[in-house]
Amino acid sequence: MSALSRPFLPVLVRREHASLTVKLVAPPVALGLATILNLGLYLLMGRDPVAVFHAMLLEPFLSWASFSEVLLKTGPLLLIAQGLAIGFRAKVFNIGAEGQFILGAIFASAIPIWFPQATGQWIWPSMLVIGALGGALWASLTAFWRVRLNANEILVSLMLALVAAQLLNYLLLGPWKDPNGFNFPQSVMFQFDAMVPILIPGTRVNVSLLVAFAFSLAAWVFMQRSFAGYKLQVGGLAPRAAGYAGFNEGRAIWLSLLIGGFAAGLAGAAEVAGPLGQLQRSISTGYGYAAIIVAYLGGLHPIGIVFSALLMAALYIGGDNAMVSANLPVAAVRVFQGSLLLAYLIAIAFVRYRLEWRHAAHGSAP
Amino acid sequence: MNALEFIVAGMLAAATPFLLAALGEMVAERAGVLNLGVEGLMALGAVIAFIIVYHGGGHLLGFVAAGLASTALSLVFAVIALGFRANQVAVGLAIGILGQGLSALFGKSYESLTVKGLPKLSLPWLSDIPVIGGLFVEDVVVWLSLAATVAIWAIFAYTKTGLVVRAVGENPKAARALGYPVIAVRFAAVAFGGAFAGFAGAYAAVVYTPLWADGMIAGRGWIAIALVVFGTWLTSRIFLGACLFGAVSLASLAAQTTGLDVSSQLLSSLPYLVTIVVLGIISSNRRLLKLNGVASLGEPFEQ
Repeated sequence: MSALSRPFLPVLVRREHASLTVKLVAPPVALGLATILNLGLYLLMGRDPVAVFHAMLLEPFLSWASFSEVLLKTGPLLLIAQGLAIGFRAKVFNIGAEGQFILGAIFASAIPIWFPQATGQWIWPSMLVIGALGGALWASLTAFWRVRLNANEILVSLMLALVAAQLLNYLLLGPWKDPNGFNFPQSVMFQFDAMVPILIPGTRVNVSLLVAFAFSLAAWVFMQRSFAGYKLQVGGLAPRAAGYAGFNEGRAIWLSLLIGGFAAGLAGAAEVAGPLGQLQRSISTGYGYAAIIVAYLGGLHPIGIVFSALLMAALYIGGDNAMVSANLPVAAVRVFQGSLLLAYLIAIAFVRYRLEWRHAAHGSAP
Repeated sequence: MNALEFIVAGMLAAATPFLLAALGEMVAERAGVLNLGVEGLMALGAVIAFIIVYHGGGHLLGFVAAGLASTALSLVFAVIALGFRANQVAVGLAIGILGQGLSALFGKSYESLTVKGLPKLSLPWLSDIPVIGGLFVEDVVVWLSLAATVAIWAIFAYTKTGLVVRAVGENPKAARALGYPVIAVRFAAVAFGGAFAGFAGAYAAVVYTPLWADGMIAGRGWIAIALVVFGTWLTSRIFLGACLFGAVSLASLAAQTTGLDVSSQLLSSLPYLVTIVVLGIISSNRRLLKLNGVASLGEPFEQ
């Protein structure tokens, strides 16, 4: 074969050291790539890409009113993603956070629904605690199935999320339906003491945002500073080494899932006790799935996740803006989310690899 | 028609989306690739087929286009997971989200619209048998799916192609040393899985329940992935598993129509609950999984 018929082809070559620079620039590069691709899609759909870009990616940050809504959405995404990232680092793929989130909301709602007359400042904190426990309880089913029955946690946690959605429907159409609610699938409105106090006056941002940041700090200490967190990461990176060192795999799986379920449950509780003020179907809008993207985009690192949660929250608000101002369907946000994660996964390949241009066959000289 | 006859008559049609998607995923997994994006691939195939059939393109064109669209999306998976060696779990989830998003986006203006399904073709004599006669009255896609099942079984049992796919999944280094193009085989297996997921989605949207509703795949792609585990990567067992799920979904339908006093939400979650229970039973038999499992499943390969 002549050299001409063998074009130069790009080949991925392993780097000697992982590149920290690439790791840091990967998320913005991915965002840029996903933005270009999606604006192209909007152009094909006959929308004005400049208007969508403005509504979707700039407007959320341009006024205090919309930025406060971004902060409101950051809370649950941040909480769930921090919990999930701990598991993902241990290679425990809990993708059913949506279900744990729903169970958290259901458990927390039990207090104001069963005790609508109760008053006192103990109510909302207990709702958060019970919600977190509910999420952890739902995740413990997955942990049991994985550790004792050897079942794949991806499939079990996802199936449980689908069951949780039906459980929510059952409660809202049956026993927990507001008798005076015109047959809407929603519970009664909660009493004042069941609401998490507002953090920033004049906005809907409440104290649960502080809880999310506190949880992020705890996640950082746990993953970067504690021996238990170290054991989890070794189990994920080198399961055999972890086995030789005597680190218990079953315990790592239990811990990962319980932390993930706890955080998702807490987020669910904070939603019903916060912006919603009642249990309703719209509680489940896919935060549990979006948080998977948030966790990866943040490099599975507690600090990175703070930024990616903020970005994802802005995308939600921006998507709502674009729906109103540019007539963009809500589903466009999901398309953006999916392509963002794909772009990121391409970008981080270059942390460990670099491109080299070689001849197609065995790199022989021309 | 009593409940049993109802279930027997509809079982194969209800099983077909599970069967097609699970067979496609089985081929990809046999080659060592775990593609978790099946739900999104099915959703994309479903909407493409629906749009084409709705505008009068016909079922054949609908299925072909659905297969092509889902193959294209599965190739995006392959480029990122195999080319860029990214984490297959993460890529699969992203493809799933993207596929479902595209499905909702394209299907937005078709919500609640209907199309005509396909006529049933009955086998003479057999369809007259009491009780199980309904098994032999099926539409053409069901018959083709059964033929595809037998063909895939035969390919893995008797042909070199099947052997190469298995070798690539079992021990990619050895397969490479023998001169087989590991990455190319994996690309082909993923594309095959994508096409079958597209057909599965198309069947769900334009034959089985020919009405467009966002989220109509409703977890069937995930159950298909679970079916591959249930069937321990064997065509025959995956077929039986798909029939079981077809029967379960029909049983919950039958229970709803007979006015049995069970909440409809419990019945809707029946397939998911059955998945969880069966997954626990099959997986706890570690020897069985080890015997039939794919050794390099989900691991990237560097030439």
